[in-house]
Amino acid sequence: MKSIKPLWLGLLLVLLAGNAAAQLKSGDNPEASEIWRKVRASLFAGRTIAAASGELVTIEAPARAEDAAIVPIAVSTRLPAGDPRRVVKLYLIIDNNPSPIAAVFDFARGSGQADIETRVRVDEYTHVRAIAEFSDGGLVMATRFVKASGGCSAPPGKDPQAALASLGKMRLRVDGELRRGQPALAQLMISHPNHSGLAMDQSTRQYTPAHFVRRVVVSYAGEPVMSADLDFAISENPNFRFHFVPQGDGELKAEVVDTQDLRFESVLALVPAR
Amino acid sequence: MRIGLAAALLTWLCWSGGSAAAEALSVAEVAPGVFVHQGRVEDWLPDNGGDVANLGFVVGQRCVAVVDSGGTPAVGEALRAAIARTTKLPVCYVINTHAHPDHVLGNVAFVGAAEKAPAFVAHARLPAALGARERYLRNALQRDFGLALAPGAIVYPSLLVERRLELDLGGRTLQLDAWPTAHTDNDLTVFDTRTRTLFVSDLLFVEHLPVLDGSLRGWLQVLAELRRFDVALAVPGHGAPSSRWPAVLDAEERYLRTLLDETRSALRDKLSIQQAVDRVGRGALSGWRLAEQFHRRNVTAAYAELEWE
Repeated sequence: MKSIKPLWLGLLLVLLAGNAAAQLKSGDNPEASEIWRKVRASLFAGRTIAAASGELVTIEAPARAEDAAIVPIAVSTRLPAGDPRRVVKLYLIIDNNPSPIAAVFDFARGSGQADIETRVRVDEYTHVRAIAEFSDGGLVMATRFVKASGGCSAPPGKDPQAALASLGKMRLRVDGELRRGQPALAQLMISHPNHSGLAMDQSTRQYTPAHFVRRVVVSYAGEPVMSADLDFAISENPNFRFHFVPQGDGELKAEVVDTQDLRFESVLALVPAR
Repeated sequence: MRIGLAAALLTWLCWSGGSAAAEALSVAEVAPGVFVHQGRVEDWLPDNGGDVANLGFVVGQRCVAVVDSGGTPAVGEALRAAIARTTKLPVCYVINTHAHPDHVLGNVAFVGAAEKAPAFVAHARLPAALGARERYLRNALQRDFGLALAPGAIVYPSLLVERRLELDLGGRTLQLDAWPTAHTDNDLTVFDTRTRTLFVSDLLFVEHLPVLDGSLRGWLQVLAELRRFDVALAVPGHGAPSSRWPAVLDAEERYLRTLLDETRSALRDKLSIQQAVDRVGRGALSGWRLAEQFHRRNVTAAYAELEWE
C-alpha cells in the first residue's frame, strides 16, 4: 500500500501547480519544468538523477500525441554486459497532466528484462520522463517532449459505455517462442473506462467519480514478476507489455485492483520449451 | 429561469463585448429552404478562425433549425447573422451532430439571441462526451486561439435524442437519427424529408481524411445503414455537398476498410502499436487532404479497438 502514496501526492501537486505550465510550447530545458521540480522533490528528494545516455534507459513516444487518449509509450533498459546491477523500478512522469505521476513499475528478478510498453493520456504539451532506479539506488532519467494533439482529440476515452459494459474483462498473452530461462514478452489488456474523475456531468453539475485501475500485480509460477501502481493517466482499456522469465511450467497470473476495490484476475497456463 | 437566461445573456455579452456586429458567413441555398456554409478543409486552428466544419440551417414556415454552430463563438455569431439576413423567422432548434469543437462551440451565439431561446438538440450521449472534453476544449481555445471562454459559454443540449426524433418547423419535418458509436459515440444525422437533404455530418468526410474518434467497425456498419436512406443531396461534415448518393460514401468506405484490413493484419503479425502506425494504410492516402494530421491517429485508434477481436 505504501507505494500508492506518491500517486495521490501527484494529484495534490496539480492543485498546487494550477495551470502555470499549460502554455508550454517547446521542449527546451526539461529541468526548468516547475512541476518536475516539485515531483522530483517529492519522490527523489536530495538524490542525484543522471541523464540517460546510450541504451541504458530509453523512452519512445510520438513527437505529437496523435490521439490524446492513446499515446503509446515504450521504455527500455539495457545494462552493459557484466554490470551486476538490475533495474528495480521505473517511474513514468508526464509533467503537464493533471496528475503527473502516471505509473510506478516494480520489477522483480522474475521479469528478466525491465522494459514496459503502455498507452497514456496526454493533456498538454509536456515532457514525458522515464526514471529507472537501479538495485544500487542509482537513478537515470530519459526524457521526451510530446506535443499535444489537435482540437478534436481529447484524453477521455472513445466509448466509455462500451468499456464499462465489459469492465474487468482481461486478456493475457505471450508473444513469440517460450523457452525456459529466457525472457518472454507478455501482454496484458484490461477492459476498463479508467475514468479520471475530472469530467463534470452537466445535468447534475457533479463530477463523475474517478474510477480507474490502480494496481496490477503479475506473477509466474507463484513468483513475482512485475507490479505497478497506476493513475488515470493510463488510457481507457489499460494495456501493458512486459517481460518475464519462465523457469519451468507454470501459470502467468495478473491481478488487477481498481479504485472501487473491484478485483479482476487473469491466468495463463504455460509450458515453456527446454 | 429568468436568472438562467440573464446569466446566459451575460455570458454572451462577455465574449461578444467590444466586437463589431458579426459579418455574416457565406451560405448557399443547396435545396429550397436548406442553406449550407462550407467550412474550409483544414484542421481546427486560429489561422482559419475555427471555421472548418460545414454548418447549415433549414427554414420552415414557423421557425429555423440550425445544424451545427461552428468552431468558435464568433463563427456561431456569423452564422446567426447569415440566418438573420435570410429570414425573419426565429431559430427554434440548434442541433449538434456530435461533440467535436468545430461543430458545437458556436452554440452560445444562439443563447438569448431570440426572444425565446431555442432548444439545443443532440444525441443522448453528447452531454457526457462534451462534459469529458470541456476542460481540454477550453485549454485548446486558450492556448491556440487566445480565447478565454466565460463559464457557461460551452452550451449543452436541452433536448436529447435516444434513437429518432422528428422536429416540426412548420410545414416541414426534420428526422433526427442517433447512431451507435461510429465517427464518435454521439453521432446524429438530420434528414429534411421535404427536399431529401441528409446532413450526414462527420459520418461522411469528403476530401478531408476521415477522422476516427469512435469505432471503426461501428462506423462501417452505420455506413451500410445510411445507404438505405433515399437521399437527393448529402451534406458531409467536411467537404462539398453531393447528389451522388450513395456513391459519395464509397471513397470514405474504401479508406476505412483498408484501415480495418491492414490494422487486423498488423495485429496478426504481432506488430506493436507504434510499428502499426508507421506502416498501416500508407497506400490509401492519395486523394485525401489532411492525411498527415489524421492518419496516424486513425491507425492508433483502430489498433486499440481491433486488438480486442
